[in-house]
Amino acid sequence: MLHLWLIPAFPLAGFLANGLVGRRASKAAVNLIAIGSVVLSLLWVLKTLAALGPLEHTHIERYFTWFQSGDLRVGFDLAVDRLTAVMLLVVTSVGLLIHIYAIGYMSHEGGYYRFFAYFNLFMFFMLLLVMAANFLLMFVGWEGVGLCSYLLIGFYFLRHSATTAGNKAFIVNRIGDYGFTLAVFLIFLGFGSLDFETVFAAAAGRPVETSAGALTLIGLLLLAGAAGKSAQIPLYVWLPDAMEGPTPVSALIHAATMVTAGVYMIARCAPLYTRAPLALDVVALVGLATAVLAAIIGLAQTDIKKVFAYSTVSQLGYMFLGLGSGAYSAGIFHLVTHAFFKALLFLGAGSVIHALSGEQDLRRMGGLRKHTPVTFVTILCAAVAIAGVPPFSGFHSKDAILLAAHHHAPWMYWAGVATAGLTAFYVFRAVFLAFFGTYRGPHHPHESPAVMTLPLAALALLSLAGGYFNVPRWLEPMFPPAEGAHDALLVYISVAAAAAGISLAWLMYVARPGLADRLAGRLGWLYRLVYNKFFVDEIYDRALVRPCVEGSSAVLWRGVDAGLIDGAVNQVGMKARDAGSVLRLIQSGSIRSYAAWVLWGSVLALAALVLSRGAR
Amino acid sequence: MILLNLCLALPAAAFLLLLLVPRSRPGWSRWSALAASLVIFAVSLALLAEFDGSNGGFQLETNIPWISAPSIRYHVGVDGMSLWLVLLTTFLTPVAVLISWRHIAARVKEFYAFLLLLELGLIGVFVALDLFLFYVFWEVSLVPMYFLIGIWGHERRIYAAVKFFLYTMAGSVLMLAAMIYLYNLAGTFDYGLLMADLVSGRMQLGARQESLLFLAFFVAFAIKVPLVPFHTWLPDAHVEAPTAGSVILASVMLKMGCYGLIRFCLPLFPTASRGNAPWIVLLAIVGIIYGALVAMVQPNMKKLVAYSSVSHLGFVVLGVFSFTQLGLDGAVYQMLNHGISTGALFMLVGYMYERRHSLEISAYGGVATPAPMLASVFMITSLASLGLPSLNNFVGEFLVLQGAAQANFTWAVFAAIGVILSACYLLWLYQRTFLGEASDEVKSHMFDLVPREWAATLPMIVLMVWMGVAAQTFLPSIGAANARILDRMQQGVVMDVKNTMPARGTEVARAR
Repeated sequence: MLHLWLIPAFPLAGFLANGLVGRRASKAAVNLIAIGSVVLSLLWVLKTLAALGPLEHTHIERYFTWFQSGDLRVGFDLAVDRLTAVMLLVVTSVGLLIHIYAIGYMSHEGGYYRFFAYFNLFMFFMLLLVMAANFLLMFVGWEGVGLCSYLLIGFYFLRHSATTAGNKAFIVNRIGDYGFTLAVFLIFLGFGSLDFETVFAAAAGRPVETSAGALTLIGLLLLAGAAGKSAQIPLYVWLPDAMEGPTPVSALIHAATMVTAGVYMIARCAPLYTRAPLALDVVALVGLATAVLAAIIGLAQTDIKKVFAYSTVSQLGYMFLGLGSGAYSAGIFHLVTHAFFKALLFLGAGSVIHALSGEQDLRRMGGLRKHTPVTFVTILCAAVAIAGVPPFSGFHSKDAILLAAHHHAPWMYWAGVATAGLTAFYVFRAVFLAFFGTYRGPHHPHESPAVMTLPLAALALLSLAGGYFNVPRWLEPMFPPAEGAHDALLVYISVAAAAAGISLAWLMYVARPGLADRLAGRLGWLYRLVYNKFFVDEIYDRALVRPCVEGSSAVLWRGVDAGLIDGAVNQVGMKARDAGSVLRLIQSGSIRSYAAWVLWGSVLALAALVLSRGAR
Repeated sequence: MILLNLCLALPAAAFLLLLLVPRSRPGWSRWSALAASLVIFAVSLALLAEFDGSNGGFQLETNIPWISAPSIRYHVGVDGMSLWLVLLTTFLTPVAVLISWRHIAARVKEFYAFLLLLELGLIGVFVALDLFLFYVFWEVSLVPMYFLIGIWGHERRIYAAVKFFLYTMAGSVLMLAAMIYLYNLAGTFDYGLLMADLVSGRMQLGARQESLLFLAFFVAFAIKVPLVPFHTWLPDAHVEAPTAGSVILASVMLKMGCYGLIRFCLPLFPTASRGNAPWIVLLAIVGIIYGALVAMVQPNMKKLVAYSSVSHLGFVVLGVFSFTQLGLDGAVYQMLNHGISTGALFMLVGYMYERRHSLEISAYGGVATPAPMLASVFMITSLASLGLPSLNNFVGEFLVLQGAAQANFTWAVFAAIGVILSACYLLWLYQRTFLGEASDEVKSHMFDLVPREWAATLPMIVLMVWMGVAAQTFLPSIGAANARILDRMQQGVVMDVKNTMPARGTEVARAR
């Protein structure tokens, strides 16, 4: 027993402490509890991994039965294998840095204790998600992080847009989770268990499905869940809106950790997907389409956080492309490096927003490299990493994905390279707009305090050098070997695309500043289409949300319920009362009329008797 | 054995005692009702100690003659399903007393007397093992609820109370007819004897006969559940009832119908149950989706929660008629879960009404600012109700859906849509009532929970977490009881007949 349960238990205790008494505690006490619990968690992760060594086998600890019925037993079981080890390190280390950063960022905000309580709760559920040893316990973490996401997106709950964005995130995720739960039902029907160990061992004995079968269906349904959580087409729409939350939330939940849960889940289910190549193809297609679409939308956004949000959607698509190409370890590798550089981009953006007293519009920034030099340098580190400039982290992981994609289907490689160019362009567009030229806003920008810049520096280091953590090598025993030889030419092409993107951004936003606007004017409707995100939200609203709400109100409630069913019921009641009021007339209370009734009744009865006899 | 009888005797005694309390002392009524209901709860908790959870049969039985001709017996006992329903009732009665403390200012003594009479009826329904005794308790529970709605309700209370009464009566008359018909066949109202006769083949029902009897029972229970389209009494009754009435109605009374389905319809008429299952399941699934969609667009908080009940209870019926161990376990667990989480929702809506004197959603907004703790517990309760894993409803819903999937995967595909919709209506309700800027009216009227309200609320919250995490406290005994029912459905083992005392009444009925 290594007491794995302590890893999630520390943040849970932090949540309970801050949630229950944080309101009356000092900020220092809140900080101590919130940061301390994550530190303890990280230390316990390190201690556990040191004790487990090379992790040749999955280490499972079973604690108690959550519930049991018939042949279904769901246990509170935690497990650590190499994949979980990677996730644990990323979640606790990046999580800790962002927790520390948030001390500075949130220092002026109301509901300070509430923020950190939710943050700790999130850590609890996220750690549970990656350590769960069966589908249902994973689902606890899965929905739990969704809850925290909802709570933190709507953190500024006085703002209608924030609470609406929170609802949207939760409900869109629920739609994905609908797929996830159906998949779980099928898994239990097919394998008689929900334990990863049992299911995957049984799946290993199954043949590869060449045409759509049970495993393919399971794979597609799980993909629906992953698409919800990891913001893939058609369920990506919640993530850009999620930027309503405080920026550390965007960094931790909507960039580094929670949104990658879908990637983790598909990698975890690799034994199923490997035997359902059709489902895996769909994963690759969805990922690629999302990568391209989100990158295009990202080109024209003016809110710095929205740029990075679409970038996250796009990069998650990249990870799915890697998974779908059969290179699970490449997908996880990109998950890791992305956690570093995207967390850094968001925290950097947060530092800028902090410096400008809440300004998020790129058009009212500019020239900030003189005012916020540390932020500038660290964001630059993240930018070169995400753009895929060698030898920084993003280059390594993106390359692994693109090579796998080329082996899977060459056209996917080319689409991926084009996206890499777009990525380099939009990231540097944001950097140039914010930090170069002259300042265009009304505020007095100032650099952030050390409690914020130190995490930036740490993440910058990781973004630059993180590519040398050889995640694919570490994960080799977990997954089927990725095929495809290393082809230097393919690497040069993708680097060239990145260089082209950066140069174009330099040309349009630094060398010839008016060019971008002229181009936008020239493109007209196309630009407006992209600027308005292809009107996807509006289409969903008109085609799905409104018919559902208005139909329920007009047809189901007022029509069927109040009109048809209750109308009928009231009619019956009325008719009964009418009948009663007629019959009431008989009960006149007058003896004479009763006697008359008796007389007439007897006559009638006699007549009937006579007539019936006669008829016979 | 003594304890179970005490669970019936104490509410009856408390009811009589309350009638003696002077009208001029409402405080005495409140405190004595609270004390009595807490004692009853404590006694019912002691049942757990005597109960053997691994045994699926009836336990703690008492079986003595009540009326000799026709043979009607005082036969009571509990199994792993009814035990928890009794505990649910005894747990919620003190809660109902607490939440009425200030809300009920007129005719205080009568109110609490009716509440305890209601408790008697409800417990009786869950423990009666004689069909006639069951019917008596069924009707006993109806009367106090009728008065709770009709006297202490809101503006349209008379309409709602009459509707509630007539709807239920319409069903129970059919049930009574079916019971008498069964008596004429078997010469007994005793559940165990009837079951033994059916299993051994001493009494055989023709297909048409069984089908009609099944329907007579089924309609009575379906109205009570309520199953769409027999549900329209529910929103009216809930909206008009005082808070405690809504809580008991939703949490316990609706379970009478669910309980009846499992206790009587399935084991007494297994063939008819299977034969009619397809359309019943269809109605259940329609109810899940329809109830949720209609809940979503309600402008009135109580109506919203009422329609959400229609949706949630669709899951129960679906689970029952999946005829799988998982489905039945989930259904019974969902009955308890719904009792806690929906009961808590009605309670919290009641708190809001007491402050703001409105049930309209549009009268609220921004309540989280003046009442953060109320907002927190409402959030937790909503999350429980929408089936967040680690809270109670999830376990029940999951088992029901998994059981339905075992029976027919398509059922699960449609029923699971309800899980999406529950998030829609509850989160939207929460946003419109608790979040946003608080208006001046809200700021001046709303205040946070007071200690008495905490006393009623906290146990509910604890149970939501407990039942979500430690479901094994409850499920083994539920599973054992359901396994018996399913065995009977398979025409397998003879049901519990160890108590076959010479209880048979006149043989006249048989001779005919």
